[in-house]
Amino acid sequence: MRNIWTLARMTYREALRRRIVLTGLVLGLCFLLVFSIGFHFIYNEFYISPDRTIYRIIRSEATNSLLLAGLYAVSFLSLAMGVLLGVDTLAGEIASGTIQTIASKPVRRAEIVLGKWLGFAALLALYSLLMSGGTALSVFAQSGHVAPNLPAGIGLIYLESLLMMTVALAFSSAIPALAAGGVVFGLYGLAFIGGWIEQIGALLENQAAVKIGIVTSLIIPTEAIWRRASFEMQSPLAGVWGTSPFGAASVPSAAMILYAVVYLAMALGAAINTFQKRDI
Amino acid sequence: MAVPAIVTDKLNKTFGERVAVKGLTLQVEQGEIFGFLGPNGAGKTTSIKMLLGLTAPTSGSASLLGRPIGDRAARARIGFLPEHFRFQEWLTAREFLELHGELLGMESHDLRLRRDKLLERVGLADFGNAPLRTFSKGMLQRIGLAQALLNRPALVFLDEPTSGLDPVGRLLVRDIIHELRGQGTCVFINSHLLSEIEATCDRVAFISHGEVVRVLDMASLDRSLSRVTLRAAGLTPEIAAGLAAWAEHVEINGDEATLVVHNEDNLPEITSYLVARQVRVYAITPKRASLEEIFIETIGEEGGL
Repeated sequence: MRNIWTLARMTYREALRRRIVLTGLVLGLCFLLVFSIGFHFIYNEFYISPDRTIYRIIRSEATNSLLLAGLYAVSFLSLAMGVLLGVDTLAGEIASGTIQTIASKPVRRAEIVLGKWLGFAALLALYSLLMSGGTALSVFAQSGHVAPNLPAGIGLIYLESLLMMTVALAFSSAIPALAAGGVVFGLYGLAFIGGWIEQIGALLENQAAVKIGIVTSLIIPTEAIWRRASFEMQSPLAGVWGTSPFGAASVPSAAMILYAVVYLAMALGAAINTFQKRDI
Repeated sequence: MAVPAIVTDKLNKTFGERVAVKGLTLQVEQGEIFGFLGPNGAGKTTSIKMLLGLTAPTSGSASLLGRPIGDRAARARIGFLPEHFRFQEWLTAREFLELHGELLGMESHDLRLRRDKLLERVGLADFGNAPLRTFSKGMLQRIGLAQALLNRPALVFLDEPTSGLDPVGRLLVRDIIHELRGQGTCVFINSHLLSEIEATCDRVAFISHGEVVRVLDMASLDRSLSRVTLRAAGLTPEIAAGLAAWAEHVEINGDEATLVVHNEDNLPEITSYLVARQVRVYAITPKRASLEEIFIETIGEEGGL
């Protein structure tokens, strides 16, 4: 346990010192700034007299859609951060030989993987919370609007980035960093396009297309987690209207979220297992 | 009798078709300074990595300090300086030693004392708060050496410990190895810098193409000779032929003869033999076999791959 803690602290410190987090935060702040300014202009387009209930509802719907658009971008930034953190760590240290002085200590290989995972999980929590929270806060400050089930939505965005980081870590234990990054983003692209096929299929009531989406979600459930998050946070009316690019026409079930959690645990297990057998 | 520091039994490692280590069988005693010599690519580093549990042997077995390889209790008593000494460069020298001390399970008060003492010992006391990324190659090697000694190990592996060091740094490593010998620590040194090995080791093994081809006691090297140069007047071919009783090979060139003699004890007899035959001997100059000569003789001229 002590070793895991030591290595988690080292990992956390490494990300801070190597300015990975700083770069992420600076770019994140730029994103928040652009989003806030954009939101400001669009929101003011909607200005109508407060007594017209029907317009107030429309404005609230549009505001929520904009918020979801922002959070969609945040979810991508968070999972990209997850991949960048996870993909280089084992592969990079094996390639450079840095891992040798660590792995020759009285430390289990599993402890090395778990320590790194915990350190990154803590960093991602910080990053996801700042970015999702910042986006939601910016909308709230300008419009007073709060998305339904916001904490659940933010939690799912975090889960998505955590899943990607874990999958990246698993590939990083087996293949070089660049290759691992390619595979992980390739999988993400697969889930992304599968998700869209599923959405459009659901609108057209085409079951085959929906099934394609479900299969890609089983291959890697990132997009499904996002769609569940956006379902949680969408207004009751949005479902009636059909879909927006950031909403969910075909909603992943709670079982899919459970699947994602099990998937994450398996990916972590695979990372440990591969790293244990690896010559370093 | 203490358990040996290292015992290996037919350790093999193949990477696909390529044989990196072939039937490595060795025994190194506690307190011994053991040199592991061979050209580049001979399998030295792979052997160390197998002993440290970094790389799994394809077959064979080994134990360190009486425990099977990979055993964590044994690894807590081992120190290791890797060949390329790539460390966590974002850490300061102090943090780096603390990290490794914690992973060794050291108690924090002891770790702090040890950290400062070792920084002093390797000449980096003024750089404790400097990040490793600002360190030169030699400084990295010094901090790596400090890292390998944190836990007062019973067995230390040094993989090319002096390759990045200037002469002062080399002297430091040599001194530290002598100190370790005094403390009864076993040191296993991989190197192809033969002068370093010659100055520090008790015993050496030569490895070529993954195999140990010769194990040599360095004390025997001190008594063994390679050749003797003789300067004398009155050397006839008959007398020279008589020298063959002590020398493997005799070559005469005017007043000078070169003899290949393997035992120092033969020199007085050779002298008596010559004097008895009225040969006027001006000089007998024994030349000791250097490790380098033995290396070339053992491994061959082709060297590494």
